[in-house]
Amino acid sequence: MDHSTKAALFDFVVSLGDDCLVLGHRLSEWCGHAPFLEEDIALGNIALDCIGQATLLLNLAGLIEGKGRTADDLAYWRDETGFRNHLLVEQLNGDFADTIVRQFFFDSYAFLLLEKLAASEYSPLAEVAQKALKETIYHLRHSREWVVRLGDGTAESHQRMRKAIDEFWPYTAELFQESPGDELLIAKQFAPRVSDLKARWLEIIDTALAEAKLARPGLDIFMYSGGRDGKHSEYLGHMLAEMQSVTRAHPGATW
Amino acid sequence: MALTSEKCLEILCQVSDPEIPTLSIVDLGIVRDVAVESGAVRVRITPTYSGCPAMKMIEQSIVSALEATGEVRQVFVETVLHPPWTTDWITDEGKRQLKASAIAPPEEMAGDKLVFLPSSGKSVACPFCGSSDTELRSQFGATACKALYFCASCTQPFEYFKPF
Repeated sequence: MDHSTKAALFDFVVSLGDDCLVLGHRLSEWCGHAPFLEEDIALGNIALDCIGQATLLLNLAGLIEGKGRTADDLAYWRDETGFRNHLLVEQLNGDFADTIVRQFFFDSYAFLLLEKLAASEYSPLAEVAQKALKETIYHLRHSREWVVRLGDGTAESHQRMRKAIDEFWPYTAELFQESPGDELLIAKQFAPRVSDLKARWLEIIDTALAEAKLARPGLDIFMYSGGRDGKHSEYLGHMLAEMQSVTRAHPGATW
Repeated sequence: MALTSEKCLEILCQVSDPEIPTLSIVDLGIVRDVAVESGAVRVRITPTYSGCPAMKMIEQSIVSALEATGEVRQVFVETVLHPPWTTDWITDEGKRQLKASAIAPPEEMAGDKLVFLPSSGKSVACPFCGSSDTELRSQFGATACKALYFCASCTQPFEYFKPF
């Protein structure tokens, strides 16, 4: 593999891994705090799947980079500007409606992306994607069911869902924006063109929202971006400080 | 007695899933193959879920079980992701063990792609009383691989091993 493709692939796989790691950590923050026991368990299990996927992806990224960095090195020793996750996943959990909307927007995107990555010409990535796709389908079932139940629920749940949709909608465009390096991967069929996924994503979103009797903002509003360039919202730094604190307090420690 | 891969596989039939002690890892379908070479054994396993916390323990159990024979120089446990594990690899004996542990075994997937839209598929039979008057309570149960159901007939909650 030539140097430019290697660099682009590393960047892309790190970005996928970071989405899973950051989202997984956010979901783990619900542990012990969810509205009721079954959801505490559900969110915990989804978080675990995400962390597992992050481990596979970041380990793969380390192999691609070829400098001996493991998933742990990448997770705990990069600073905020080194992270390549999309801004959506680092946003605060908020209330249960916020978490469900954030999850639904992400799960629908991840489902479509992983479907394509499962057929990637770069087989190590295809293998991870095939595994992750099956798990993501269950995540999507879960978040979609809650979108419908909360939207078409009580006046309170409906109002919270509306607020959540307005809150997270501006973070959705970024999911479908290619980075310059992605062109090399698209040419080699290592990765799909993410902007091609947007139409189907909107179908999934709009079908569920209609069932939930919810509306969403238009596509022409201001949208946030920058995550894949390491330009993050003010929330990521705080999250990483907590997530990385134990490792950094005891460098080189092992279980 | 020379250690063969068949003998090793027999030993692995005694290694059980940490969550379901009556279910062996061989019946779970995660053991891909066993190779023996000059006293060293290489076992290839395929993980179930990406984040399954039991996999580390299963690895350790494989090593202990084989080392306990006293005939093994070294044990290598290798994780292979491809082809990805599917519940279709659970043997009939495995499914029987699940049911005996009050876990409804997974439906056959064979060719059926997992879809995310709500399915109007057949209901899950209660492993306690056999009734099909059951309902899904949560997609996620005590572990990521199992969903939580409730039987309206005998009024007991139970877990369903999700088709995967």
